[in-house]
Amino acid sequence: MSEIKIKKLDEYRWMIPPVGGMRVPGIIYSSEEMMGGIGSDESPKQVANVAYLPGIVNYSLAMPDMHWGYGFPIGGVAAFDMKEGIISPGGVGYDINCGVRIMTTNLQFDEIKNQLHDLVSSLFRNIPAGVGSKGTLKLSISEEKKVLREGAKWAVNNGYGSSNDLLATEDGGKMEGADPESVSDRALERGRQQLGTLGSGNHFLEIEVVEEIFDENVAAAFGLESVGQVVVVIHSGSRGFGYQVCDDFLASMVKNINKLDFALPDRQLACAYINSDEGRRYFAAMACAANYAWANRQMLMHWTREVFEKTLQKSPREIGMRLLYDVCHNIAKVEEFPIDGKMKKVCVHRKGATRAFPPGHPALPDMYRKVGQPVIIPGDMGTGSYVLVGTEKAFSETFGSTCHGAGRVMSRTRAKKASRGRSIQREMADRNVIVMATGKGTLQEEIPEAYKDIDAVVDVVHKAGLSKKVAKLRAVGCIKG
Amino acid sequence: MNVKPETLNSKLKYSIFDHTADLGLEIYGKDEKELFSNAAFALFDIITNIDDVDIKEERKLVIEGSDREDLLVNFLREILYMFNGEGLLLREFSISELDSHHLIGEARGEYFDQDKHRINEEIKAVTYHQVKVRETPGGWKGRIICDV
Repeated sequence: MSEIKIKKLDEYRWMIPPVGGMRVPGIIYSSEEMMGGIGSDESPKQVANVAYLPGIVNYSLAMPDMHWGYGFPIGGVAAFDMKEGIISPGGVGYDINCGVRIMTTNLQFDEIKNQLHDLVSSLFRNIPAGVGSKGTLKLSISEEKKVLREGAKWAVNNGYGSSNDLLATEDGGKMEGADPESVSDRALERGRQQLGTLGSGNHFLEIEVVEEIFDENVAAAFGLESVGQVVVVIHSGSRGFGYQVCDDFLASMVKNINKLDFALPDRQLACAYINSDEGRRYFAAMACAANYAWANRQMLMHWTREVFEKTLQKSPREIGMRLLYDVCHNIAKVEEFPIDGKMKKVCVHRKGATRAFPPGHPALPDMYRKVGQPVIIPGDMGTGSYVLVGTEKAFSETFGSTCHGAGRVMSRTRAKKASRGRSIQREMADRNVIVMATGKGTLQEEIPEAYKDIDAVVDVVHKAGLSKKVAKLRAVGCIKG
Repeated sequence: MNVKPETLNSKLKYSIFDHTADLGLEIYGKDEKELFSNAAFALFDIITNIDDVDIKEERKLVIEGSDREDLLVNFLREILYMFNGEGLLLREFSISELDSHHLIGEARGEYFDQDKHRINEEIKAVTYHQVKVRETPGGWKGRIICDV
């Protein structure tokens, strides 16, 4: 493997100059301190590999939470020309539309402090989670296809939440172009069993409390009113359905790799021209998975509302659990950006990256149009999250994208070794976080030191201007698979 | 010749290596067929307590690939779907035909039963990343990285 040359551009940007088959440079957003850690894994090489792909526009980007992924790095962003460019399942990831939503409430932490344990255990009982967890509803295939076409709207139509929730969901919780006929029977079968489940691994549902407000105006527009306010964060995706879609298309694209008129530096980068049958079919199937994930998070939110009402014995109005926003962080989308002085449609891949649109963007709902798009950055288990807001700079520099989370630094096996003999649940309790998980292994794999420091990641995107800090949230209760 | 992995106690079938956020497997076999069946065995040895799996079901496997590596990925992909999609836990694999593009074999096991079986680890996908199959002086060696 050839050594990757990295050149510092300014305080927060590093460039990989184009060499070999690279069509454009790579640009990594990071800090001096974090670049030290990044250098030791293969992710800069992956940033360079993405630059080999046809139709890539301007540069291959990586966010500060970058770490190694399959094909594209996690934290990678790349836009492709609609005529000459490609679409790649590896540029989206296995868990299509893995994402986060945050709900605000009218509650203050002091009001629920004494019932926190009951709340967490009731969430744990009522929200299916864990390895291979199956949902409480078994969908027929024809009903599942409706989910795939309509996304969160299907959930709302079936009694899970209200139409106001759709306004506060990226793309209204429904991606255009979804065609269930492009999806395999295998994906349908896996999807049918798992709708309405949280999953395992790094997915979670967390009760958090506003700890610090950085921008009062924007926070107020987002409904984040005061320190101590209770919010809920849900991190989940398209479950086995998305995995199967990704795997099916990877298999068929790898099979056709020799028919492409360019060479790939890594099989896991398998792709198809956007403007080809296979490319269009993947897009249509990926959109189905995106819709599945939005329906899934909508259902998880609905059950969370029910748990809060029952446990606290308060009315929905008193609790006021309102969806602030829902963002996806594994997706490919057709969006318009200023490129060479003109607005141009491109296919943006965000793999472990979040859309961060600026104030005034037409894709934003009225309530946020003046301030910009809410961005939710979940931390590692039990540390809490950040709410940021999109900027003009992200729009012009990173195809309207910012980071997505803390980013793993320690492998799962190493994390397990590091946590041997420790009670992670107890350690979290000492930090005043009640954690409940179906598997002990999950807790060990997800220990805080396995992740980059979320504060450092968010600092980089804030200072580089890719999004601005609005509020910091502290976790108080967490359920995991 | 059919190779039943549980009868091969002469040496290690596989070992686990470290890879950020993922599960790396190095797989061994005295010949290529054994390498493939040991790879499939490894998946289920990681997913569950394999001794609790009885043989009640049998599935025929016919797999194609563009080369040995692609064939290994496609084979494991198929095996993994039998669990993720159909709920089958498998423990015995016999491969009757194998060249660099085709595989014919059988997998045996039973349906997952939550009163009887325990899921220790979820394997979500088998990837192409750094996949390798090669013959060494001491036998066959394979390398595969799984998303967990």
